[in-house]
Amino acid sequence: MNGIEYSAPRTVDEAVGALVAAKGAGRILAGGTDLLVQLRSGFVKPGSTIIDIKKIGEMTTIEDIGGGSFKVGAAVTGMQLHDHPTFKKAWPGVLEAINLIGSKQIQGRASAGGNLCNASPAADSVPALVAAGATVTVQGPKGRREVAVEKIPASPGRMTLEPGEIVVSFTLPARPAGSSDAYLRLIPRTEMDIAVVGCGVSLTMKGGVCTAARVSLGAVAPTVLLVEAAGKALIGSKLDAEALEAAAAACRAVCKPIDDKRGTIVYRTKIAGVLCKRATTIAAERAGKK
Amino acid sequence: MSKMHVSTTINGEPTEFLCDPSQAVLDVLRDQLGLTGTKEGCGSGDCGACTIMLDDRMVCSCLVLAAEAEGKKIETIEGMAKGDQLHALQKKFIEFAALQCGICTPGFLVASRALLERNNNPTETEVRYWLAGNLCRCTGYDKIVRAVMDVAADMRGASK
Repeated sequence: MNGIEYSAPRTVDEAVGALVAAKGAGRILAGGTDLLVQLRSGFVKPGSTIIDIKKIGEMTTIEDIGGGSFKVGAAVTGMQLHDHPTFKKAWPGVLEAINLIGSKQIQGRASAGGNLCNASPAADSVPALVAAGATVTVQGPKGRREVAVEKIPASPGRMTLEPGEIVVSFTLPARPAGSSDAYLRLIPRTEMDIAVVGCGVSLTMKGGVCTAARVSLGAVAPTVLLVEAAGKALIGSKLDAEALEAAAAACRAVCKPIDDKRGTIVYRTKIAGVLCKRATTIAAERAGKK
Repeated sequence: MSKMHVSTTINGEPTEFLCDPSQAVLDVLRDQLGLTGTKEGCGSGDCGACTIMLDDRMVCSCLVLAAEAEGKKIETIEGMAKGDQLHALQKKFIEFAALQCGICTPGFLVASRALLERNNNPTETEVRYWLAGNLCRCTGYDKIVRAVMDVAADMRGASK
């Protein structure tokens, strides 16, 4: 019909082999909520090979390593994470970000790996994973490497992966006591829309003082941003109004958004600061309860 | 290019079919297996009309390749009634007039059953969020939500 092939390898080695063999015409299928839309609307070229990675154990399982550290397969679905007994306690912000992607039907299929590799600047799970300090394990023809999540997106729709490389899993680091995270996004309706701005914050509180913080923004630049200056503004403070405003200002300073029907440059920039303050406050409240 | 052979279970029946590698489950269900209860609305995962259960997870069948169904369990609207005995949700949708044209109804029923199997005491907000992936252009949703809440109340009453 259209000359598209399907393969379902059992190991990551086989998947990499299939991707290399496809010579640039290989498409990785995780949940398919982006790929199938492209396929049905004729945007997948004839001669392409679809490589379904969901028969690979490592890419579809969640491993609780202990101490708040988790390994999450790139094709693990939002619902799988939602139903996991311990993930939510350690990473409520990462979970709420992933669970914001689409409807419950989409959640039954969509994965954080797919969200990252679709490389949209407005991907909801990516700012939360960047704030979390998550890394990805990438495997390619030359073996495996560990990369920070924020290093994967290159520009809208493009990644820094080398030919033949596959994102295998995410590793979330161990959590000191008093740590938590939060993700907020602004959309014009209450459910199922693309972020106008998204903000993830992960922090650690000790005796009312913030001892570690990472802040990340989505939908305000060609890629998701790690805002190191915002994290620095929070560290050492009691998250008083002054520190929150300094972090918000750092967020506004790095925004390079587009003007479109969802929001103007001025609006997106202002909202980036607002969401930073609110997400920080929520993360600190959650951290205080632990 | 050769067809793929897929073995699956649909509504409890072992079922085999041949498909193209790029064909969606939705197309096989409707065009090859004659299971036309599952509807195609948008074809892009936005409307929920083609909702089915795949290994106990609710999914849009337009966004699942037929080849992926190999070895998996599929449940469609056709498996909801037992013979001529309608499911409680189907009865309540009729009683509450929770449908007009009916195109979205199979998707709403499959999704509502999935919700009530997880949680038989949902709040109205929970029902509305759970069903946010199912679009209905006729009813305005209110009758659907009330029908689901009423079945949930009956389920809780029956389990007392």
